[in-house]
Amino acid sequence: MSDILEEVTSSEYKYGFTTDIEMDTAPMGLSEDIVRFISLKKNEPAWMLECRLKAYKKWLTMEEPRHWAHISYPKIDFQNIIYYAAPKAKKELASLDEVDPELLRTFEKLGISLEEQKRLTGVQSNIAVDAVIDSVSVKTTFKETLAEKGIIFCSFSEAVQEHPELIKKYMGSVVPHTDNFYAALNAAVFTDGSFCYIPKGVRCPMELSTYFRINASGTGQFERTLIVADEGSYVSYLEGCTAPMRDENQLHAAVVEIIAHKNAEVKYSTVQNWYPGDKEGKGGIFNFVTKRGICLEDNAKISWTQVETGSAVTWKYPSVILKGNNSVGEFYSVAVTNNHQQADTGTKMIHLGNNTRSTIISKGISAGFSNNSYRGLVRVSKGAKNARNFSQCDSLLMGDKCGAHTFPYIEIKDKSAIVEHEATTSKIGEDQLFYCKQRGIDTEKAIALIVNGYCKEVFNQLPMEFAVEAQKLLAVSLEGSVG
Amino acid sequence: MISIKNLKAGIEDKEILRGFNLEVKPGEVHAIMGPNGSGKSTLASVLAGKEDYNVTEGTVIFNEKDLLEMSAEDRAREGLFLAFQYPVEIPGVSNINFLKTALAEIRNYKGLPPLEAKDFLKLVKEKQAMVELQGSLANRSVNEGFSGGEKKRNEIFQMAMLEPTLAILDETDSGLDIDALRIVANGVNQLRNKERSFIVITHYQRLLDYIVPDFVHVMYNGQIVKSGPKELALELEEKGYDWIKKEMETAV
Repeated sequence: MSDILEEVTSSEYKYGFTTDIEMDTAPMGLSEDIVRFISLKKNEPAWMLECRLKAYKKWLTMEEPRHWAHISYPKIDFQNIIYYAAPKAKKELASLDEVDPELLRTFEKLGISLEEQKRLTGVQSNIAVDAVIDSVSVKTTFKETLAEKGIIFCSFSEAVQEHPELIKKYMGSVVPHTDNFYAALNAAVFTDGSFCYIPKGVRCPMELSTYFRINASGTGQFERTLIVADEGSYVSYLEGCTAPMRDENQLHAAVVEIIAHKNAEVKYSTVQNWYPGDKEGKGGIFNFVTKRGICLEDNAKISWTQVETGSAVTWKYPSVILKGNNSVGEFYSVAVTNNHQQADTGTKMIHLGNNTRSTIISKGISAGFSNNSYRGLVRVSKGAKNARNFSQCDSLLMGDKCGAHTFPYIEIKDKSAIVEHEATTSKIGEDQLFYCKQRGIDTEKAIALIVNGYCKEVFNQLPMEFAVEAQKLLAVSLEGSVG
Repeated sequence: MISIKNLKAGIEDKEILRGFNLEVKPGEVHAIMGPNGSGKSTLASVLAGKEDYNVTEGTVIFNEKDLLEMSAEDRAREGLFLAFQYPVEIPGVSNINFLKTALAEIRNYKGLPPLEAKDFLKLVKEKQAMVELQGSLANRSVNEGFSGGEKKRNEIFQMAMLEPTLAILDETDSGLDIDALRIVANGVNQLRNKERSFIVITHYQRLLDYIVPDFVHVMYNGQIVKSGPKELALELEEKGYDWIKKEMETAV
């Protein structure tokens, strides 16, 4: 039994390939000069540079958080990282035909051919893609279609140039640069990302999507995403990530901020399969991400859905601040760890307004020698009347060499709150596998069936195309050599 | 159909089946009775291919093939079905999806394409009626939150869907009230035909009032110690198993 699971769960990463494009890189290391270099490269206005320098100075005074999370990794040498890498020979691109064909092939290998996306416009797959390769947004599709509705969807750099009033107003309003060590680092050196603004009363007619991919060797990726949903608007945003195979660990420290105004709703879905390192735990991405949304006014709703199968080390807690009355926060998560991966992930629901509701559904799957922790905080402030929370944290173990941990923190300062927490830990049972086999289903298919069943509540939250991709990813992460 | 000769098997060092012999022809129903711990459920598990058991001796020929050489899933695909004594729950996997996958695998093994969705659903409806299983149960997760009776009915429903050539019923009557027992037995009887054989493992005679066997065997200490026509079951009911045990001891 354990032999089968070991065999099934020890698969190799299928997305390991490197695109050969001339890079325009910064010298290695981090200093005030590097921050200035990045700002200059991006031709930024003075106020932006000031923001960066402020964050950099703050970062210098902060200490890397190493102790509270249930993860361990070698000390990161922040002077041994390249903070800026952009594909060279960048010019304004009028159409997809002008994009480096090598780049397009990369996307094809990832299964998100931009050409295909374009061809399918308005037919089946209504997804607008903002592709970020190593820090610079290459091409934003569907921009014009969206512009007709007043929707702004562009790279962060472009937004800095063209919508400075929005960036100034919202950037750092949910995740200030003082928030934590990695948020400060990101605020100082972020190279690009996506910006999205949905105007009052507009329902975004398609899924907006960003595909992140870390490519250059020894580069960190520090992207920044800002989503603003104005009064009564709705948007569903998809983020997908892959990274090619690399021996040394690569650092990734992103910041995502979401602002939902009155009656607005934002759905943010992530499928992340960054390179997890090899079977012995060598290489892989260090993923330290700060994601936070705020329901700024009444009846706002923010929903995070994530399927995490990659990275060597993950440190990530998509959170919602429920400030407006009757606002709703949701967190649906599947986190898979295999081989020597480590994940410490969960959410924070901060209830400030009256009648706020939050739901947390977390499904951890551990295989191989991996460690998978759920860490969540539910906080109800004094005076936040009738807050409700429901949390469910399930762990599934495959084999007997992995670990699953749950760290739920609950801080209730108002008596009217109702908070429920449920947690289960189970193993893929020999009995379940045998039952499937006795009905003619082989081990590999049986594991896929059982795991997909286990994750169903979360997959149900994903847009159709993503749900299919997520199921495939799970299969790739957990299966492999059998059959 | 199936020919079991001198089968010896056990868990770790403990031998449970100690030279078991049985011959089942197409269309026959054999009941295997016996006291607790006589090896009845072990027999079912070994035939179905559960990996915890080691077979140390003997042969099992199923449809002219060496059963013991086959993986558990191939045995199922060859037409061997086990109705479990304790059916497991698979949360999040609907009964329908589970059966669709199983049926497609079995058909694929036989070189057939999967059933069209329409035909599959028609089949589901038809077979559900056979065991008086409510429509909603088919859409619920496999056995999750089912009552004991519903789980057993679900086993018979799966059997009806997968149409095996040999069905082994492992204490299907345990935990059933009289109405559920009648429904389950009725389902089994509808599935009886000239080609399909059954091995009915039971502790009590009462199931055999509804599923009338062609032969009754008494199992004790990992062997069949007595065989006879259906009336043997009545005799056992009357005298209990102690009678057999004594007979065995005096024979030794």
